[in-house]
Amino acid sequence: MDPQEPILQAEDIDLAFGAVQALTGVSIEVYRGEILAIIGPNGAGKTSLLNVINGVYRPQSGRVVFLGQERRRNIRPYEVARQGIARTFQNVALFKGMTTLDNIMTGRNLHIRSGFISQAIYWGRALREEEAQRTRVERVIDFLEIEPIRKTPVGQLPYGLQKRVELGRALAAEPQLLLLDEPMAGMNVEEKEDMSRFILDIQDEFGITCVLIEHDMGVVMDISDRVVVLDYGLKIAEGTPDRVRTNQDVIDAYLGVAHD
Amino acid sequence: MTELLTAIFVTPFVDIVSGPIFFGEVVIGGLMAGVMYSMVALGFVLIFKASGVFNFAQGVMVLFAALTLVGLMERGLPLWLSLILATGVMILLAFAIERAVLRPLVNQDPFTLLMATIGLTFFLEGVGELVWGSNVKKLDIGIPEDSFEVAGMLVNQFELIAALVAAVLVAALALLSQKTTIGRALRAVADDHQAATAVGIPLQTIWVTVWSVAGIVALVAGIMWGAKSGVQFSLSLIALKALPVLILGGLTSIPGAIVGGLIIGVGEKVAEVYWGPAIGGAIENWFAYVLAMVFLLFRPHGLFGEEIIERV
Amino acid sequence: MLYRETGQFKTSYRHDQAIFPIAQDRWSIGAILVIAYLVVPVIANEYWLQAILIPFLIFALAALGLNLLTGYAGQLSLGTGGFMAVGAYAAYKMTTAFPDVPILLVLLLSGVFAAAVGIIFGLPSLRIKGLYLAVATLAAQFFLIWLFNRVAWFYNYNPSGTITAPPRTFLGIMITGPEATATVRYLVALSFLILFALVAKNLVRSAIGRTWMAIRDMDVAAEIIGIHPLTTKLLAFATSSFYCGVAGALLLFLYLGSVETLAFDIAVSFEVLFMVIIGGMGSIMGSIIGAAFITFMPIFLTNAPHLIGVDLPVDLAKELEAIIFGGLIIVFLIVEPHGLARLWQIGKEKLRRWPFPY
Repeated sequence: MDPQEPILQAEDIDLAFGAVQALTGVSIEVYRGEILAIIGPNGAGKTSLLNVINGVYRPQSGRVVFLGQERRRNIRPYEVARQGIARTFQNVALFKGMTTLDNIMTGRNLHIRSGFISQAIYWGRALREEEAQRTRVERVIDFLEIEPIRKTPVGQLPYGLQKRVELGRALAAEPQLLLLDEPMAGMNVEEKEDMSRFILDIQDEFGITCVLIEHDMGVVMDISDRVVVLDYGLKIAEGTPDRVRTNQDVIDAYLGVAHD
Repeated sequence: MTELLTAIFVTPFVDIVSGPIFFGEVVIGGLMAGVMYSMVALGFVLIFKASGVFNFAQGVMVLFAALTLVGLMERGLPLWLSLILATGVMILLAFAIERAVLRPLVNQDPFTLLMATIGLTFFLEGVGELVWGSNVKKLDIGIPEDSFEVAGMLVNQFELIAALVAAVLVAALALLSQKTTIGRALRAVADDHQAATAVGIPLQTIWVTVWSVAGIVALVAGIMWGAKSGVQFSLSLIALKALPVLILGGLTSIPGAIVGGLIIGVGEKVAEVYWGPAIGGAIENWFAYVLAMVFLLFRPHGLFGEEIIERV
Repeated sequence: MLYRETGQFKTSYRHDQAIFPIAQDRWSIGAILVIAYLVVPVIANEYWLQAILIPFLIFALAALGLNLLTGYAGQLSLGTGGFMAVGAYAAYKMTTAFPDVPILLVLLLSGVFAAAVGIIFGLPSLRIKGLYLAVATLAAQFFLIWLFNRVAWFYNYNPSGTITAPPRTFLGIMITGPEATATVRYLVALSFLILFALVAKNLVRSAIGRTWMAIRDMDVAAEIIGIHPLTTKLLAFATSSFYCGVAGALLLFLYLGSVETLAFDIAVSFEVLFMVIIGGMGSIMGSIIGAAFITFMPIFLTNAPHLIGVDLPVDLAKELEAIIFGGLIIVFLIVEPHGLARLWQIGKEKLRRWPFPY
């Protein structure tokens, strides 16, 4: 982790929906290779911030710089994806009509080179590429330990596994930056441990930078390198987990005090 | 080439300006046609508002209602009795549809339900033809057909009455919706099926009610159309024509259905009369759809429709 | 016990992704192809070929096209008839203007014209979705039919307004026109269908197919993972229209011989849509099964009463047809929204376990 090298900078982001101010003057930096957690009460603007980073929402003011390049105001989400940002969603956004394998294969879409005619013939170059993509996807499937459900239509999978498949789809894109929106929501202790292990392995083995929104403070404390706290669309604290945990503003707004 | 260009960009406007009386008549004719479209569109809106189903069979319901009425009258029953019986038939139909089609498909996506109503269209067409025969029928309910003059323009009495009937219908529906408990319940169901059931609103009763009302609206529309041009199978094609009306007006708005119908009616007539001759005539076949399509490009949810925000 | 997969291990990804990974399936398809190419032409009579099999093959092609657009890419289209018309009229104009160009090439090129028109009418799909898009396709349908009716150039100023397929040969054999035998036309249509079905299968198991299904299932998420929505949708429209265009050309050249726009009107669009729904949306096999079902059903309905000694007047038969069709669609949607193809799959599942219940 190199403190000198933020791969993403969001500066002074203002985001409003009609009369609702979702974010006000929020600035964050994400350093290469770190796991950054965004926490805060519901409605604080955490998902909105992720959506801005993703290019889904266009902020009224502020700028986003990714990999040293300032982003165009009217950038489309697929261009952002092409630049190397991948994402999972709060309400699992898998393609319910397809199998696990196919869903994760769609994550490889940005890396497909063969054209329409090639694929129509399904021989030679297209076939080799399809096999190569399949090999890479199988590595992701191995990594996430979801081999048995490869051919299962994702609509039939339990929630926890769906979230894992979604993570797989994001990983398959080989992103520089991975945005995870409540990846542990709805999971039991075991599943959370598995997921935490995966996220840490993603950082270790693949060197992918992660930003995650998370409510489980135990998980946040355990796996994140730094934490950003939002409340009512404002950034109220930032720093290492320990420092944030003892920050009075954060305690007032969100964490509360343990009563003995 | 220049002929064609002049014919499109110059002559029609010259014609309009130099013959304002005739133009007025064309517009009025269009408004009247539009009122007819609106009446059919109303049925769509009702059902869509309350059950989220796009009832493709609305057009055939218009036909079916008119067929039943005429069929009863042909067998010698007086008008008032036929009307009551026809209404009864439409209500029975609503029950049958709810039981056989809506209930089994209650959790399916809107596309499936749309397909089901397309199947229903074929089914009802077949039944209608089977029971009442397929020849064109004349529907005479005693509405005068003569024209009279207003401000120098010829207005047809029949069409005026049709417009009045539509106005009464819309007013009645609006009252029903806003003032009564049923109306409130309908609006709740339209907003959120599950929440509505959670507060005890009986979904099935609502659906039967809505489809019955739509059936009655179909009957009124059927009478109007039938009296004007005879009861025949092209009536069911009106369902297709109602689509552009709904696009313009939005699928969930009663005033929208009216406004949309009027715009389409006038647009079609004016286009046909003034631009038709230049490019070969029969523009009415596609004008409404192209107009709707162009409209959609600027307002994908229609004039009055609700915008659906997708949250990810 | 006949349909066991034991002992058949897929040892490579290529094998896993094959169209027919199970050996029994491969044998079956092989047998079907042999029967279709060698047996049917010998034993089928003129009526069966001309009135049943040839239209079945052609409509199966159209259903394939529509399934790609509506079943796989999720874009509802009611313009199938219109796109078929483009193919037919394009082929007609090309071959009458350039009679020396090989007819098979003309038939394929007609698809290109249809694809271009498909792209134009598919442009609204970026802004418009679902039912609203269907209305735009209706605009295409009605406008195109009007165009081919009104602009006399399209039917070479023929006063009757119909277009007739001129006689053309391939490798010395008469393929179109009054002297082409039903057998020859059947074999040509069969070959087209098999080729196009193969290509369709390749497309849907490749990246393109997956992007179509992603757009269908959740287009917002698809865009976020890097799928370009407009190019994906336009590609779907283009491919689908290509298929429908070729089907339309085949309809003229191999089946009817002479058409007017009535052969491509809105009823055809609905008919093909039903084939796709009943056969199974998002299924290549389903398109073919659906086409078979809808082509054979009227024959069955007109002849079955005969077989049990009841004579139905033509009118009644048509009405019953409508009632049964409509009813069947509803029943299918209730029982198996994924159509006959899914029922077939379930049947195969049971067959794999037979004679054990589970």
